Amino acid sequence: MSAMDHKIDPAHGTISREIFVSPDFYREELEKLFTRAWLFVGHESQIPNPGDFVVSRMGEESVIVCRDQTGAVHVFLNSCRHRGMKVCRYEQGNTSLFVCPYHSWSYTTDGRLQGVPLYRALYEGTLNREEWSLIEVAKLALYRGTVWATWDPQAPDFLNYLDDAVDHPDQVVDCRDGRPGGAEVIGVHKWLFPANWKFAAENFLGDSYHNPSHRSVDMVGMGPSGQRGQSSRRDNEYAAGQRIWVGFPQGHGVASAWMPEQTEYASTYQQNPIVDEYFRHCFHERKRRLGEKARLLPVVGTIFPNASYHGRQPRSICVWHPHSPTETEGWRFFLVDADAPAEVKDVLRRYYMRYSGPAGMTEQDDMENWLYATAASKGTIARRYPFNYQLSMGAYKADDPVPGDVSTQATERMARNYYRVYAGYLNGGSWDELLGRPQICATAE
Amino acid sequence: MMRPLAWYQLREEIEDFLYFEADLLDQRRFKEWLDLLAEDLVYFMPVRRNVKFGQQAERENTRQGEGISWFDEDKWTLGKRVEQVLTGVHYAEEPLSRVTHMVSNVRLLDVRPSVEDAQEVTVGCRFLVYQNRVEYENHTFIGRRTDELRRAGSSWQIARREMILEQNVLLAKNLSIFF
Repeated sequence: MSAMDHKIDPAHGTISREIFVSPDFYREELEKLFTRAWLFVGHESQIPNPGDFVVSRMGEESVIVCRDQTGAVHVFLNSCRHRGMKVCRYEQGNTSLFVCPYHSWSYTTDGRLQGVPLYRALYEGTLNREEWSLIEVAKLALYRGTVWATWDPQAPDFLNYLDDAVDHPDQVVDCRDGRPGGAEVIGVHKWLFPANWKFAAENFLGDSYHNPSHRSVDMVGMGPSGQRGQSSRRDNEYAAGQRIWVGFPQGHGVASAWMPEQTEYASTYQQNPIVDEYFRHCFHERKRRLGEKARLLPVVGTIFPNASYHGRQPRSICVWHPHSPTETEGWRFFLVDADAPAEVKDVLRRYYMRYSGPAGMTEQDDMENWLYATAASKGTIARRYPFNYQLSMGAYKADDPVPGDVSTQATERMARNYYRVYAGYLNGGSWDELLGRPQICATAE
Repeated sequence: MMRPLAWYQLREEIEDFLYFEADLLDQRRFKEWLDLLAEDLVYFMPVRRNVKFGQQAERENTRQGEGISWFDEDKWTLGKRVEQVLTGVHYAEEPLSRVTHMVSNVRLLDVRPSVEDAQEVTVGCRFLVYQNRVEYENHTFIGRRTDELRRAGSSWQIARREMILEQNVLLAKNLSIFF
């Protein structure tokens, strides 16, 4: 048993606190995990036109997500090849060149080094510009509007990486009426909080067990129908369905709901008839388009390692960027159907803001938990005692009613699985291993 | 510039009101604070973005009424926020933060219909809000505020508050306090 196995022991449901506070683990994550896994970097609606760019992050590092003059999307490390200065310090915009402020090397939107001041006099015959393009990711995936990237040329294609998990985030990135894609990012929250990034990622794997920490927001009722006297932070769209918690061999985990075959539309956003009607229309359209698959409704999920989502109420994709072992920069991309009526978008954005992010009435309590859980795990004595991940050990079935390890009760199965895969990356595992191939019995509980 | 005496009297009255209001928050008299808010209140804090020179006016701040800001809400939502704090189980504010609001650089930007008969006042100020939580947690929020005040009997009501926080990435884990 290696030192790592001792610290990360999903089979017994224990994980060392070290992985949440130790600089050694953190460095290993940056070197071995964030350099290989597929990472969410943005959404095509942020860069609709040639020359549009938006700055993003992969791990600790700044990247530029850019649409070149031919319309192709690129992701570049935001660092000049000459002395490393950031070539772009605007969050978003449109340009034909990224000009480094330091020595004025400039790069085209497809990453090629174009301008080198005094090239003829000072570099002729030495500097081959073609070898000094911006550093570009090894692989890029455009998936129903979302943009993902990896630094590992050996990484599997993005859809193989998502594998069976795909149906759950599909419901996030697709239109409410079931058309693929069609979402638009209406804003991004960015904030820095003193907690390990994995607390956030793990929370969204489907930790429904932490709901009591949101009791205050449920008591006051600020949900989409709150003004009509409905308590709780969401409309209960899932009431008629079976809640399911699903883990996948690649480390992804979700909480979703599996609705009965015959479900009627449950009225939502009741304070605004236009919005209620919109969702009623979408409900029936989605059923018509997706058939059996329409029975699946997403709640939350995390795509390994650090892209999480809220599937319906509210609806957003968040990324947990590591800053240090005990600091995380949260980015939350808020989504609406691009062609939804203005009134619908307005009601949604207001609800998103009062729910999500550092000013959100629900997520404030998460921040409090993650911060103090991190802080209280730093101590010498604290680090001797692992966290407990034994919730609903063994209580799952394979592929019923959807693919994956499915539990019908709140479980930490997804987290146990997530950290098994996490250890695989830190141990330098092969891609077959990281994708859970072949199905190994060690994953069984 | 010489101004009529009524202008100075009005400014003092407005300053007193802003200090009184800040004190209600610092004393955690949240329900009384809510009473100072007009029913049609707009409470707005944009997200600030890093933009190219020349685009500041157009693109630096998110806009009220569209997209995503830190706050773009009404009195109902603020009432819910107060209710939440008062549940005693809103852990982001339980135990309650210690908060001091400093208000300075108070300027009357517009008075309607006239200084002598001021019914509506647009007032600008700077804020420095200090938050201390539990043991070691400290946050300082500094920025500019523009308030629309409306006369309500012998006092004033806040009809619109715009808070421009001088940060891009929010350097605090939460915005769990009122500005």
